[in-house]
Amino acid sequence: MRRAMTVILAWLTGFARFWYRFIIGDDWTIAATVAIALVSTWLLHTAGVAAWWLPPIAAAAAVGVSLRRVSP
Amino acid sequence: MSPSSVFVTTFLAAAVEVIEMVIIVVGVGSVRGWRSTWLGAAAGLSILVVLVGALGTALTLVPIGALRLVVGSLLLVFGLQWLRKGISRVSANGFRGMGARSASAEGIPDHGVDWTAFVLSFKGVLLEGLEIALIVVSFGATAQAFPTAILGASAALLVIAGAGLLARGFVQRIPRSALQLLVGTLLSSFGTFWAVQGLGVAWPGADAAILALIGWYAIAAAYYIRLLGRRTGHGTLQPAR
Repeated sequence: MRRAMTVILAWLTGFARFWYRFIIGDDWTIAATVAIALVSTWLLHTAGVAAWWLPPIAAAAAVGVSLRRVSP
Repeated sequence: MSPSSVFVTTFLAAAVEVIEMVIIVVGVGSVRGWRSTWLGAAAGLSILVVLVGALGTALTLVPIGALRLVVGSLLLVFGLQWLRKGISRVSANGFRGMGARSASAEGIPDHGVDWTAFVLSFKGVLLEGLEIALIVVSFGATAQAFPTAILGASAALLVIAGAGLLARGFVQRIPRSALQLLVGTLLSSFGTFWAVQGLGVAWPGADAAILALIGWYAIAAAYYIRLLGRRTGHGTLQPAR
């Protein structure tokens, strides 16, 4: 029983770690910017504003900010 | 609609989706390795076959908008990470600067399944495959010509997947840093397109907006490479010694 629990726990930890690396990677600001941009786009869309331009601009800006953070 | 027009329309509509699917699979396979990429594609295809077999024409009930939003958002955040890494490497070392491919240096496991490649390929095949199935269902039901619609989509899949397989050798000859930049640009573009579409927002120009997005991310990447090259004092396109 304990062995089974250890295996399940290791699998769950590995699963969580995989998704953390996949989504967050080594800079959380990119995922956060994308999330904020998509929520803002949806809010603008529901208010009747065409906001398709927002995510590409936010994404490109997030890459620039991230490069600035990690560059010497 | 005549059978020939159903065939041509289904072929062209499916071809757009197959191109997106093949670009993702070939790009991910070239950067992360083929075994896990094929496994992901096969898993995506298997689930698609089960879905199509179980639901049939009721496939239109699958919440494609929510699926686009989830898959698009995940592709976007992952694509941007690759884009950023590609920009850093190219600005530091030039397009030929990565030298020999090193799996462990990239966090790619030496053995076992590379889940990153698996998930990217799986999602690309499942989402695009589902869109192809929806095209077949829509055209097939409208024109009462399911066999012709299936034939048109199958022909598109065979022709473009074949072209993708032929292009594989060429893609693998692209230096790793440039390839990561290219695949990061493509994943970010597809991810942005699907995520926004999944929110119910219409793109101007429909699918053609993907080309504009690829251009946008490529221009941004070129700008950042130039900027970083200036800051670090490296020539932007100088090969590493």
